[in-house]
Amino acid sequence: MSSIPHDHAADHAADHGHAHDEHAHYPGGIMRWITTTNHKDIGTLYLWFSFIMFLAGGCLALTIRTELFEPGLQIVDPEFFNSLTTLHGLIMIFGAIMPAAVGFANWQVPMMIGAPDMAFARMNNWSFWLLPFAATLLFTSFFVPGGAAAGGWTLYAPLSVQAGMGMDLTIFAIHIMGASSIMGSINIITTILNLRAPGMTLMKMPLFVWTWLITAYLLIAVMPVLAGAVTMLLTDRHFGTSFFNAAGGGDPVMFQHIFWFFGHPEVYIMILPAFGIVSTIIPAFSRKPLFGYASMVYATSSIAILSFLVWAHHMFTVGMPAAGQIFFMYMTMLIAVPTGVKVFNWVATMWKGSMTFETPMLFAIGFIFLFTLGGFTGLVLAITPVDIQLQDTYYVVAHFHYVLVAGSLFAFFGGIYYWLPKWCGRMYNETMGKWHFWLSMIFFNVTFFPMHFLGLAGMPRRVPDYATQFADWNMVASIGAFGFGLSQLLLLYNVLTTIRSGPPAPAKPWEGSDTLEWTLPSPAPYHTFETPPVVE
Amino acid sequence: MLASVLGTGVARAAKEYNLQPPVTPIGEQIFDLHIYIMWICVVIFVGVFAVMFYSIFAHRKSKGHQAAQFHENTMVEVVWTIIPFFILLFMAFPATKTILAMKDTTVPDMTIKVTGYQWKWGYDYIDDGFGFVSNLKTPYTQIHNQEPKGEHYLLEVDQPMVVPVGKRVRVLITAGDVIHSWWVPAFGVKQDAIPGFVRDSWFRADKPGIYRGQCAELCGKEHGFMPVVVEVLPADQYAAWADAQKKKATAAADDPAKVWDPKDLIARGEGVYTANCAACHQATGKGVPPAFPPLDGSKIATGPVEAHLDTVLNGVVKNGQSTAMVPWKNTLSPTDIAAVITYERNSWGNHVGDAVQPAQVVAAKK
Repeated sequence: MSSIPHDHAADHAADHGHAHDEHAHYPGGIMRWITTTNHKDIGTLYLWFSFIMFLAGGCLALTIRTELFEPGLQIVDPEFFNSLTTLHGLIMIFGAIMPAAVGFANWQVPMMIGAPDMAFARMNNWSFWLLPFAATLLFTSFFVPGGAAAGGWTLYAPLSVQAGMGMDLTIFAIHIMGASSIMGSINIITTILNLRAPGMTLMKMPLFVWTWLITAYLLIAVMPVLAGAVTMLLTDRHFGTSFFNAAGGGDPVMFQHIFWFFGHPEVYIMILPAFGIVSTIIPAFSRKPLFGYASMVYATSSIAILSFLVWAHHMFTVGMPAAGQIFFMYMTMLIAVPTGVKVFNWVATMWKGSMTFETPMLFAIGFIFLFTLGGFTGLVLAITPVDIQLQDTYYVVAHFHYVLVAGSLFAFFGGIYYWLPKWCGRMYNETMGKWHFWLSMIFFNVTFFPMHFLGLAGMPRRVPDYATQFADWNMVASIGAFGFGLSQLLLLYNVLTTIRSGPPAPAKPWEGSDTLEWTLPSPAPYHTFETPPVVE
Repeated sequence: MLASVLGTGVARAAKEYNLQPPVTPIGEQIFDLHIYIMWICVVIFVGVFAVMFYSIFAHRKSKGHQAAQFHENTMVEVVWTIIPFFILLFMAFPATKTILAMKDTTVPDMTIKVTGYQWKWGYDYIDDGFGFVSNLKTPYTQIHNQEPKGEHYLLEVDQPMVVPVGKRVRVLITAGDVIHSWWVPAFGVKQDAIPGFVRDSWFRADKPGIYRGQCAELCGKEHGFMPVVVEVLPADQYAAWADAQKKKATAAADDPAKVWDPKDLIARGEGVYTANCAACHQATGKGVPPAFPPLDGSKIATGPVEAHLDTVLNGVVKNGQSTAMVPWKNTLSPTDIAAVITYERNSWGNHVGDAVQPAQVVAAKK
């Protein structure tokens, strides 16, 4: 018992209703984190890992933007530049966004459904501890002969067959991260389906739990597909197969089909948990129940199903028959319908509410605004003829950063500010949080809005140098990128000072929040809901 | 004066904000389609967020607004599911028409085969029996900031593709190594070049001029340095150009039996090297190890000539897979191969002193 942190013990002494917290014993120091099977500890590990990856991937992005500050080659050579774009994508997707979402799930899903922990506590530990090894493989690949993978995060064959051993390390890293994701998903599905508190029917679950349930199914469906694609790449590279080599009877385009059959659901894997967080924050700060809960569940499910029927819209320029292009265009456009329903529901939730604008709400509103903008450029890109002009240009780069940075990432920022008082029992600095929001909002747009113009005007993506007519907007984007990157240090500073010395947070710091975790004291005790709560 | 300055300013700004001015019927359709879809999106966007920002302004706690507690309304929810569906129909109709027009590559007036290589484009005029390779013309000194950048920095080539105005040109697109993508924004044509497969596309350029694009699919180290330049000429000028090309092709066909003076081979080899080899192995012959090995002092370039011939002709294959060192036997003529090998064996620190004759290359090819 001596190893319980001081503030923790003090808190539970003050809270007699949760005396079961006395069972919190764990080894001290680093061994606590290595051996932990506690969903809260593991959630914390996921979130810190993801934040470190976010900073690392951000450094790669800033190197890219420095090279692109003006025309000509200045600081990196073209091959290394390609490694930077490749690893930036892989690290942000598999290292930052996905683990952050799993971190939120670990902390919140058990508390929101009244479960004592995740269903498979030991597997939970392993799911996390695979990730640092995968990340190490990715980073070491910079130092092997031939350098890190340089074929883009999409790893298109045959370019990736041509690459050096950095590609093999990347393939193994993807295998490991895939295994981690699949185990995490099995855990989340089992927890949600089996460990809900009495009375917590499926249609009473908080929307965040719903979006994660659907996300977990998507992960289990598509991560093996990606593993298959990269395994075929591996055997083509080393064992004489010809899956993607026309000379041996294969087809390079087959790689793209398999990759995007994973890749498109992957897009929703990254955004659905963010939808869940926003659907939690908006009602809380509007002091009004979520509008259209049932239609939100149905919309999320239809997005998930449609995500399996649109993959080839990433490949409109490979030369599909007209019927193929038309089918995938119609299916892609159809996604606008459930996505629109979600946006309308959020706005209707705010309508006639009693709103306040603390940092989580600001990020949620920023999310709705910019994600919708990214959704509309997605609709423009769904139109096959227009896509053929814009495919592989900076317009696409702008589009997916609007949905992934201003989308997923902003929602996660909102979630961190929203739940931090529950997680560490202390309030963050609101002024600094607002500064973080506004700086992120402004610099995000300074960075990525001009990229629409660049793409329309004809600048391809993944180039280390460009024609002089693209110079002005590239300079603007580079300045914005540094502003955005530096603004993130505010979040780090705010979180660190909150954990160390923030003022104590009440059990329920937000007037309008009504999910189960707010019935617990702050910080949430090490073990919660050992006796399940009864929901109405 | 002022008017002209303003005029160029506006033209330049327009060029920096929107799709390039189209010069083909398909390009125009795409341009209009984009404007049409974008305005629909802008109108919906403004509508939705006018409501949201009004709500943010009016329904705030600081103004004492009490929260209503409604949380569903079936009528409203059905309406806002169905209306977007109909808006989408209005977008899908013109888009489908354009797709069908783009895909109709029948009845061409002429056919050109386009081949993507790391990192240049090959153009073969199938009907007329000549062809050439088109390389980036921007000097390395400009790229490395040692001299000011020219007007068409990175978008200029030594030999552009030339087509006649107003003719339906069918392009057959393929690649020799990895996937590339042939893209001319003003034509509205972007088609991936896939090794081992031939895809097609078409355009009809209605305005003479020079149109510039780039490779659009990441294809390795020099992906950013393989522009596509197409010159559209009036019919008579095109005929004259094609005629000259045919004559040049006949005249330039080297007699592979000719025995060359080593000095001439080295001189010719330097040009071949600069155009084809220097991107990886560098002008200094030092390469970029380990991905692109040095030739200066290498075992192959200073060892037996047979191994050197084999490497250049057939490329390097590791574990049954081709590498960045691709076969050159179908890309370069026997004379060019003889010249470049002779150059490599007798340049930088290499002083082997022998010369390879085209006849040896022909023999080794068999």
